Amino acid sequence: MSDHALLRVEGLTVGFNTEQGPVRVTEDVSFELKAGHTLGLVGESGCGKSVTAQTIMRLLPSPPSRIDAGRILFEGKDLATASQREMQKIRGDRIGMVFQEPMTSLNPTLRIGEQIAEPLMLHRGMTRAKADEEVVKVLKQVGIGNAERRLLQYPHELSGGLRQRVMIAIAIICKPQLLIADEPTTALDVTIQAQIMELLKALQKELGLAVLLITHDLGMVAEMCETIAVMYAGRIVETGRTADVFARPHHPYTHGLLNSSPRRAKKGERLPSIPGLVPPPGARGTGCSFAARCPNVLERCRAEAPPLIPQGNDAAACWNPMP
Amino acid sequence: MTALLEARGLSKFFPARDGKGLVRAVNDVSLSLAPGETLGIVGESGCGKSTLARMLMRLIEPSEGKVLLEGEDLLSLAKGAMRQRRRDIQIVFQDPYASLDPRMSIAQIIAEPLDIHGIGTKAERAAKVKDLIDLVGLDPSAASRYPHEFSGGQRQRIGIARAIALEPKLVVLDEPVSALDVSIQSQILNLLDDLKSRLRLSYIFISHDLSVVQHVSDRVAVMYLGRIVEEGPAEAVLGAPRHPYTQALMSAIPEIDPTRRKSHQLLPGDPPNPENIPSGCPFHPRCPIAQDICRTEPPAFRTAGASRARCHFAGET
Repeated sequence: MSDHALLRVEGLTVGFNTEQGPVRVTEDVSFELKAGHTLGLVGESGCGKSVTAQTIMRLLPSPPSRIDAGRILFEGKDLATASQREMQKIRGDRIGMVFQEPMTSLNPTLRIGEQIAEPLMLHRGMTRAKADEEVVKVLKQVGIGNAERRLLQYPHELSGGLRQRVMIAIAIICKPQLLIADEPTTALDVTIQAQIMELLKALQKELGLAVLLITHDLGMVAEMCETIAVMYAGRIVETGRTADVFARPHHPYTHGLLNSSPRRAKKGERLPSIPGLVPPPGARGTGCSFAARCPNVLERCRAEAPPLIPQGNDAAACWNPMP
Repeated sequence: MTALLEARGLSKFFPARDGKGLVRAVNDVSLSLAPGETLGIVGESGCGKSTLARMLMRLIEPSEGKVLLEGEDLLSLAKGAMRQRRRDIQIVFQDPYASLDPRMSIAQIIAEPLDIHGIGTKAERAAKVKDLIDLVGLDPSAASRYPHEFSGGQRQRIGIARAIALEPKLVVLDEPVSALDVSIQSQILNLLDDLKSRLRLSYIFISHDLSVVQHVSDRVAVMYLGRIVEEGPAEAVLGAPRHPYTQALMSAIPEIDPTRRKSHQLLPGDPPNPENIPSGCPFHPRCPIAQDICRTEPPAFRTAGASRARCHFAGET
């Protein structure tokens, strides 16, 4: 099956040079995504999920960031060793991106129409006039009415929800194989979040897009993603089919995370919570980085970091998993 | 039982950016809070929930209306008297990074309200700070450290310790867990719950996160464009909402169980600009059940049991 992977990340290890010396941010991250499928990469702040996404796109400046080990195979090509010129050809064409904050990712001085047309002019050598025909089509596709008027507006004239639709239009206009969406709804209001999530779901089906969704919102993964990879302190600690992992999490961290959501708790009862804090990069120790917070901790956990071990239908990096 | 806090016809109008019109940030809000109760206030950005909370403690002067704390009209109090009264109402802000002075040690931050109100001797204040640090679950060594040395969740504990230092009757929590990760969020929600019963507090809990509000609140008020559109016991308002806006909010929450994926009832468009509030029912341009009457006539509250909804067709869907 893995021959059909559109994106295969193998042992990706990313470090940063800091004033205190080099620090590992992600460690041995591996996952794969088949064409037309959806994978949710979830975790809390600082777990390395955004660094992973940005490394796949090679968007992190180097220095200070470094790929210390691993491969990023996209359509058979290793992006980890690709030149910036090669990456420019892939970004916005084969891989589209949507970020959390549409206001900071759009150019405030350019009209919307120009920004949406740009990838077509760049990657397809289209004239502006020809590109504009496509822009009107894609605006309809992302649910922006009144296209002719919108094309002439600037980002500040649009609401947060519309800006995110514009970002999605830019991301899909070249009909990419893969869409990387990094917290695409986090900055939006609840009713707008639901709109954007439904739009992403619809586009994913319509265009046969593979989607790598980076989020802290387990609900969004439950609704959108066939498979899930849970990250903690720079590593993938559990991965499998979303339905399996949610029904029966094996890693104590996944278990704690799912249970601490107030959506699962009974009213008035104490919320199950995970004690302690996430260790910062550079202070993760030699053993399992979750050991200090883990209810299932064994002696071995403090000494030796566990690899992903198959557990039922999924895999968890744990020496003493939940039954 | 007399209400601990009551708002009557509270409004706040700001001049519009064009200098001509008025932004009706909060419009004719009445609510009451019983002692020991948690009132959740929910709504999307710009609905006026934070402005309302600040008016309740007179951090913003209302344009119209009254705020009664244990029957006493806060707006009639002179500056000195208001300052005294503020001991009873404290606030915890959303952003634990922005709300702590980076140059003050944790002990100084928590002691500040005690200093300002001249409570106890220096030694008594120091002992009180020590107790508070312990009460909110921080290590004693925190006292001599500075805000930048703490994580978001720990900083929120510091903000909570400061808010309860004066033994207030009411604490306004303005998005207290919105900036925090899920696993930390639940720690803070549990802490708030503990403190509430230990110190007999009442809470006004402002949030855009309905699942959090549902978990903590006895009663809930839903705001849209400066008005309360639905209010009542939490089980009624969020469990069986009668206003189409509340229904849409509940439907928008992603389902955390992948075997129960649902189709969301989507609201079209964005919340309108509060500078230009639609005629009739302000919700009508986005409302799935709007009729002619909704475009022309602002609905009054319709009550059902202990809850009320401002909709011509409340409870008919």
